[in-house]
Amino acid sequence: MTLNGWIQIALFCVVVIALVKPLGWYMARVFSGERTFLSPVLRPVEAGLYKLAGTSDREDQHWLTYVGAMLLFNLAGFVVLYLLQRFQASLPYNPIGMSNVPPQLAFNTAASFVTNTNWQNYGGESTMSYLVQMAGLAVQNFVSAATGIALAIALIRGFARHSARGIGNFWVDLTRATLYLLLPISILFTLFLVWQGIPQTLGSYIEATTLEGARQTIAAGPMASQIAIKMLGTNGGGFMNANAAHPFENPTALSNMIQMISIFAIGAALTNVFGRMVGDQRQGWAIFSAMGVLFLAGVIVCYWAEASGNPLVHALGIDGGNMEGKEVRFGISMSALFAVITTAASCGAVNAMHDSFTALGGMIPLINMELGEIIVGGVGAGFYGILLFVIIAIFIAGLMVGRTPEYLGKKIEAKEVKMALLALLVLPLGMLGFTAIAVVMPLSVASIANPGPHGFSEILYAYTSAAANNGSAFGGLTGNTDWYNITLGITMLMGRFLMIVPAIAIAGSLAAKKTVPSSAGTLPTHGGLFVGLLVGAIVIVGGLTFFPALAVGPIVEHFAIASGQTFGAGG
Amino acid sequence: MLKQLRPALVMIVAMTAITGLLYPLAMTSVSQAIFPAQANGSVIERDGKIVGSALIGQYFASPGYFHGRPSATTGPDPADPSKSVAQPYNAANSMGSNLGPSNPALIDRIKTDAATLKAENPNAPVPMDLVTTTGSGLDPHITPEAAAFQVPRVAKARNLPEDRVAALVSQHVEGRLFGILGEPRVNVLELNLALDKLAAG
Repeated sequence: MTLNGWIQIALFCVVVIALVKPLGWYMARVFSGERTFLSPVLRPVEAGLYKLAGTSDREDQHWLTYVGAMLLFNLAGFVVLYLLQRFQASLPYNPIGMSNVPPQLAFNTAASFVTNTNWQNYGGESTMSYLVQMAGLAVQNFVSAATGIALAIALIRGFARHSARGIGNFWVDLTRATLYLLLPISILFTLFLVWQGIPQTLGSYIEATTLEGARQTIAAGPMASQIAIKMLGTNGGGFMNANAAHPFENPTALSNMIQMISIFAIGAALTNVFGRMVGDQRQGWAIFSAMGVLFLAGVIVCYWAEASGNPLVHALGIDGGNMEGKEVRFGISMSALFAVITTAASCGAVNAMHDSFTALGGMIPLINMELGEIIVGGVGAGFYGILLFVIIAIFIAGLMVGRTPEYLGKKIEAKEVKMALLALLVLPLGMLGFTAIAVVMPLSVASIANPGPHGFSEILYAYTSAAANNGSAFGGLTGNTDWYNITLGITMLMGRFLMIVPAIAIAGSLAAKKTVPSSAGTLPTHGGLFVGLLVGAIVIVGGLTFFPALAVGPIVEHFAIASGQTFGAGG
Repeated sequence: MLKQLRPALVMIVAMTAITGLLYPLAMTSVSQAIFPAQANGSVIERDGKIVGSALIGQYFASPGYFHGRPSATTGPDPADPSKSVAQPYNAANSMGSNLGPSNPALIDRIKTDAATLKAENPNAPVPMDLVTTTGSGLDPHITPEAAAFQVPRVAKARNLPEDRVAALVSQHVEGRLFGILGEPRVNVLELNLALDKLAAG
């Protein structure tokens, strides 16, 4: 570990913290329907869209209508994306002449992008036409992120409102998240990224003759516009196979830093939106602090593990940290930081290959996803995720003193706790359930690239990433098989929608409740005690659920390496 | 629920039009106007011919050029296109090795590469980045140590004094941005272009 590495990490943290309040202020205004500096331009567009759609920003939806609208919209998006892939060969913007995507892969990819996962069983530059990248994948980058934000806002309204029937209007929240938030930032971000070196062209791939006289075909395309939203919307699906490790996707140390900040920006600001909407910004900062504690713990372990390097390589007389699968311009510190950020949020973009991380370095991304990606989390998804843990934490605290738990003046009763548990149980079901099946079937085991415990980690990582809607991978695993295309597709849909429905049910139930005045017996939820309680609940629930799986994967691999052991095929 | 069908269809069509066509096509026009060099892939030309991109590494094997890092990219087998074979720095198929830390294939590969490097320059420690594959398979950079390590081989192959080649390397070391961001590095393609110029001049 170097001082310079830590300075870069500190710089990242400072910028993210500085963005929380201004962005939170802006977002709170947007979602409350107040005027912003963009209103003169966007208000007419917005009004026109509502008119065409037959809805209105004065229409308030019951939670069931809100969820129904969200599901229908996602279904429509799924169908569009599936069809675009299936017919890309006959559609325009296909200068490379890509053929139609096979059905299983198209299903997996549609599920992947609609759920904001962006798991990629395909190599972008060798599979997808420019049209699919722009009008298919990038559109879902926008609207799956906007869907997540809308849902988080709806859940926040559940806490903020009282004796109310509705929790907002999905169509309005979706439109505002896209037009006022994601699109304007993406436009500026795209220009910045092109300046840094990311191509933005509709032309064909570049044909070069290398200095040694060989032919080199260099894939390019309309990349920058897609990468901007891929980061901002915590989608993570790369234009290229190597994702943000590819020099065209992430050309400089500066582009890397800004991309990392953009992954966290909206998710972090949502804590402030929450604070503002419930009328006490300290509530938001308390949640932000809990996220911060877990984030820093991950960064310290991951950076330490990667900087310490691989003892088996040191034994050959080569010193230094682990550079396998990393890029020189980022080095070890910024590769480790990126890995923690991308899995703390549900981004899944990678600037280094996680499969080649050290055993413990690669375990941190796994843990981040297993905890439910609530450390900032996916835009929106992370916030409703951590509110579920807040409910669990408050419930446990209530049990300890034998009092009905309450949060922000709302009594947390059996219905909310049941719904929170239901939502949180989806994660182990998808992650561990499918892993357990896949590790005993020859069909799925055949996809493993690395023998021994690392192979187990590859499968565990795949289902963990899918259920958590992350999308990063231990990339050695051959995912483009019928088994993985279909089961991972199902896992992604489960991890997204089976979590959303109970979360929004909680929103509806809370919005209808009366507010109770706080008393001497009320647990203050803006202080260190509450932060500790929340972190404790997250770590205990996650730890108890996933420790056994980690023990037979990365932990045993770590100790084997430390004693000089490798694992050959069949070993 | 059926009442929500109309907004669902209107919204997916509208969002596809706005974020899927209007946005990327407008950004393409603007980028092509303001940053034409970057927007088209930071292409490097020599004598009017495209020799590569400043951002994308390329494969160097001859002793007279500085070599980039090992690359695990593959490409279609010329004999049988249904199979793929190793094709380092294939910029139409980026990928890493994805070898895990306990995989003997990784340790054996590093051992072999290190032995070759050691034979080439016994006087310096083998730099880590020269025996580890790049994440993208297209890393355009090596560390300054990795460039310095190759100076004796390149100088000998080119019949140039070592200190002139070493001086060229130091000219091409890029530092951290603002002294903080990133890591010191050398762009291999740019260094080799300068080397060709030096040798010709």
